[in-house]
Amino acid sequence: MVETSASGTARTAGTGAGEPFGGSRAGEALRAYRLIAGMWIRSSMTYRTSFVITVLGNLLVTGLDFVAILLMFSQVDSLGGWSLPEVAFLYGLSATAFGLADLTFGSMDVLGGRMRDGSFDILLVRPAPVLAQVAADHFALRRLGRITQGVLVLVWALLTVDVDWTAAKVLLVPMMLVSGGVIFCALFVAGAAFQFLAQDAAEVQNAFTYGGTTLLQYPPTVFGKDFVRGVTFLLPLAFVNWVPAAYVLERPYPLDLPHWAAFLSPLVAAVCCALAGLAWRAGLRSYRSTGS
Amino acid sequence: MGSGRLYLAVAVGGFRRYATYRAATAAGVFTNTVFGVILVYTYLALWDEKPHLGGYGQAQAVTYVWLGQCLYATLAIQGGGAEKDLMERIRTGEIAVDLYRPADLQLWWLAGDVGRALFQMLGRGVLPFLFGAVFFPMALPTEITPWLAFVVTLLLATVVSFAIRYLAALSVFWLMDGMGVNQALMITGIFFSGMVLPLNAFPGAFGEIVRVLPWAAQLQMPADVLMGETDPWRAYAFQAAWAVVLLAAGRLVQSAATRRVVVQGG
Amino acid sequence: MADTNTDPSTQAGADTDAFIELDGVEKVFDVRKKTGFLKRERRQVRAVDSISFTVPRGEMVGYIGPNGAGKSTTIKMLTGILTPSGGRLRVAGIDPSRERTRLAHRIGVVFGQRTTLWWDLPLLDSYKLMHRMYRIPDARYRENLDRLVELLDLSALLDVPVRQLSLGQRMRGDIAAALLHDPEVLYLDEPTIGLDVISKARVREFLRELNAERGTTVLLTTHDLQDIEQLCSRVMVIDHGRLMYDGPLAGLHEVGDSERVLVVDLERELPPIEVPPARVVKVEGPRQWLAFPAAESAAVLVARVAAEYPLVDLSVREPDIETVIAKMYAEQAERAIS
Repeated sequence: MVETSASGTARTAGTGAGEPFGGSRAGEALRAYRLIAGMWIRSSMTYRTSFVITVLGNLLVTGLDFVAILLMFSQVDSLGGWSLPEVAFLYGLSATAFGLADLTFGSMDVLGGRMRDGSFDILLVRPAPVLAQVAADHFALRRLGRITQGVLVLVWALLTVDVDWTAAKVLLVPMMLVSGGVIFCALFVAGAAFQFLAQDAAEVQNAFTYGGTTLLQYPPTVFGKDFVRGVTFLLPLAFVNWVPAAYVLERPYPLDLPHWAAFLSPLVAAVCCALAGLAWRAGLRSYRSTGS
Repeated sequence: MGSGRLYLAVAVGGFRRYATYRAATAAGVFTNTVFGVILVYTYLALWDEKPHLGGYGQAQAVTYVWLGQCLYATLAIQGGGAEKDLMERIRTGEIAVDLYRPADLQLWWLAGDVGRALFQMLGRGVLPFLFGAVFFPMALPTEITPWLAFVVTLLLATVVSFAIRYLAALSVFWLMDGMGVNQALMITGIFFSGMVLPLNAFPGAFGEIVRVLPWAAQLQMPADVLMGETDPWRAYAFQAAWAVVLLAAGRLVQSAATRRVVVQGG
Repeated sequence: MADTNTDPSTQAGADTDAFIELDGVEKVFDVRKKTGFLKRERRQVRAVDSISFTVPRGEMVGYIGPNGAGKSTTIKMLTGILTPSGGRLRVAGIDPSRERTRLAHRIGVVFGQRTTLWWDLPLLDSYKLMHRMYRIPDARYRENLDRLVELLDLSALLDVPVRQLSLGQRMRGDIAAALLHDPEVLYLDEPTIGLDVISKARVREFLRELNAERGTTVLLTTHDLQDIEQLCSRVMVIDHGRLMYDGPLAGLHEVGDSERVLVVDLERELPPIEVPPARVVKVEGPRQWLAFPAAESAAVLVARVAAEYPLVDLSVREPDIETVIAKMYAEQAERAIS
C-alpha cells in the first residue's frame, strides 16, 4: 500500500532497505530546512554591509511598536486598566513568540512569486519535503532583530512587573513563548496555503500575522467584546499571551474563561498546526492537479 | 503642449501598472482594514484615559486612524513607490537610458508616482476608510470646503512624499545597494509621519521637532485640514515649502549623480 | 526493489526494458477566464489528451511541439510535479505523483529558463548542497563532480558566483547539478534556449557522451530541431495534447514532406543552378536559395554544388517545427478527405 501524502514524501512499506533514507519524515524535513537555511545565510553574507544594516534596521523597525507604547504611556498611566510593565509583559511575549515564528517560517510569502515564475517546480523535483523547503526559503538571520528586541522588553517587564511568582506562573512564561511561536508558525503556513489559491494575495496573511502580534501587544480590555471573541474562538490568538498572561498577572480573563484555560495554549497550538497542515496539503494538492 | 501630455501619459502608465494587481490590491484593502480596527481600539483606550490628547476628541482620533490606513499605500509611507523602481534602475545601470530621454528625470518619476498614488488611493485607500466611517464614529466635515482643502493638501502631500523618496533613491548612485536606504525610509516614514501615533500627541520638545519635519506634511497636515484643526493656508505653506526644498535638493543631487554616471561612462 | 510492491503487474508485462511508460495519460485543467470585470468563465482544457508511449532505458528522445502543446505538462507529470487526471504513468516502476521524493533520487531535471543554482553563491556551493540533499556518498560525489567539471569545462567557474555566469555557463552549471546524483533519466526542458552557437554545440556534445558512456536515458523538449537532429534517434511530436508522431526524425520529415533550404553564395551572379532534386526557389544577386527534401543528405548536395559551381559560402536552413507540424496537419486532413 502506498500512502499518498500531498507534501511529497510517500511512505512505502518497501522503502527501507536499499534506499538512502534515514530517520523519520520530520527528521528529513528538519535536515532539508537546515541545508537550505544555511545556503540563504551564506548568500546574505556575500553582502556584508547590507547584512549589518538590515539587522540593525530590523531591530529598529520592530522596536517602533514598543516606542508607540512608550509614547502612549508618556501621556497616560494605564491603558485599558493595565500598567506599563504589564503591557510590556504582553508585548515581550507577543513580540518574542512572533519573532521565533518569523525567523523560522516568516518568508513563506515568497511562495506566490515562486509559483508565478515557475521556480516552485524546482522545489518539487528535489528529494525533500516541500513545506520544509518553502519554510527555509529566503531564511534571514536579520529577523533575529525582532526576537532580540522582544526578549529585551520581556526581560525588562519581568524585572519590573509586580507578580507573586509561583511554579505554575514561572512555567507559563516559556510555555507561552513556545506555544505562541507555534501558533504563529501555523498562521504562516496557513497563509502560504492560501497563496495556492491566490498567488498575488500574500499580503492577506500580514493581517493575521503582523496584525496578530500587534494586537496582542495591547491588553484585551482595550478591544471590543466581539473582537476578543473572534480572536479567542475563531482565530485563537488569545492563547498566545492574553489568557496565560492574565493568569500570571492575576487579572480577569478575557470573556470570563475558566481558570484552567491559561494552560490550554499547547493544545491550541497543536490544533492550529494540524489545521494548517491540512490546509497546506490541500493547497499543494490543488497546485499539483492544476499546475497553478 | 507636448511635454504636458508626455507626463500625463507617464502618470496614466503608473496608474495602470498598479491597477493590474487586482488580488494584491484586494489583499491590501483587507490588511489595511484589519490594522485600522486594531489601531482604533488602542486609540480609543488611549483617548478614554486622556480625552483631548493632542487636541483631538475620540471621533477625531478614530478619523485619524482610518485616514492613516487610507494614505498608507497612497503616500507609500513605508516606501514601495516609484523610488523602488528608480533604485533598481540605478543599481542595474539602466538609469543611463533614462538620462537620454528627452524628458526631465525628476518630473518623469514624479508623474509615474502620482499615477501610482491615485490608483492606491482609489483602489486601496477608499474602502478601509469607508469601512471605518460605517462602523466607528468619525469626525468628518459636512460642508464641501474642508474636503476641497483636503484634496489640495493631499496633492501637496503626494509631492512631498515623492520628494523624500526620490532623494533617498538617488543615494543608490553612491551606495550601489538600496537595502539600507529602504529600511531607513521605512522607519522614518512610519514613525515621523505619525503612523504609530498622531504627531500632535507626541510629548514635549520632541513633539515640537517632529511636527516641523517634512514627514509632518504627509499624514498630519491632511488630517488636520480635513478635521478643521489647522488653517488650510498654513498647511499649504508648510507642505509647499518642504516640497520646494526637497525637490530642489533632489535636483542638486541628481545633477551630481548624473555627472558621476557620465564620468563612469554610463 | 520496492518497485514490485507498487505495482506488480508492470514487471510481469511485456517490455521489461521500458523505463518510462505512459498509458492513456491525461491532464485536464480547469481554466477560469476573465470575461468581464468580475465575470469569469470556467472551461476545461485538455493539456495532455490520452498519450501513450514507452521509452526504453538508455534511449535519447526528443519531445517537440509548438508552445502550449502539452510538452511541459508531460514533463511535469513525469517528474511528479503534477498529478495526471487519468491514465497510468510509471518511471523506473515508480508512480511519480505518489512517490515524488523517492523518484527524485533517480531523475535529473533541467528547466531551461529557471536555474536550480544559488544566485549569490559560488557555483561549487550549489553542488555541495546537492551532495548533501541527495545524500550522495562522498567518493561518488567527488568522482562525478570531477568528471562533470571536466566534460562541461567548469573548472574555472566553480568559484564564481552564479549571478556572474553567462547564460551558457549557467546552463552547463545546471546540467552538472542535475547529474551529480547519477540519475537514470535526465529531463531537459529547452536546454539550448537562448544559448550561443558554441554553447549549444558544447551542451549537445556533452549529452551525447553522457548517453553513450553512462547509458543515461534522456528526454528533451526543444524548439530547436538541430538539438533533435544531432542527439535523438527518436522524436515524438505533440500538439494540442495529442501525440502526432513517434519515430525517427527522418520519418518525421517524410511524414511532414518538409524541405530544407541550402543557401549558397556564389562568386558572381549566375542563372539558377541545376542540382536535382534540389530546386532554386529564390535568387538575389550571387546568392541562391535551393530547397531540397529534408530526408536527403545535405552533404551530397553541397559536394555537387561545390564541384560544379564557383562556391564562396553556404548555409543550411532547417525547417522549423511549426512548419513541419503544419504540413503534418495538412496531410492528415487530405487523407481524411480521400
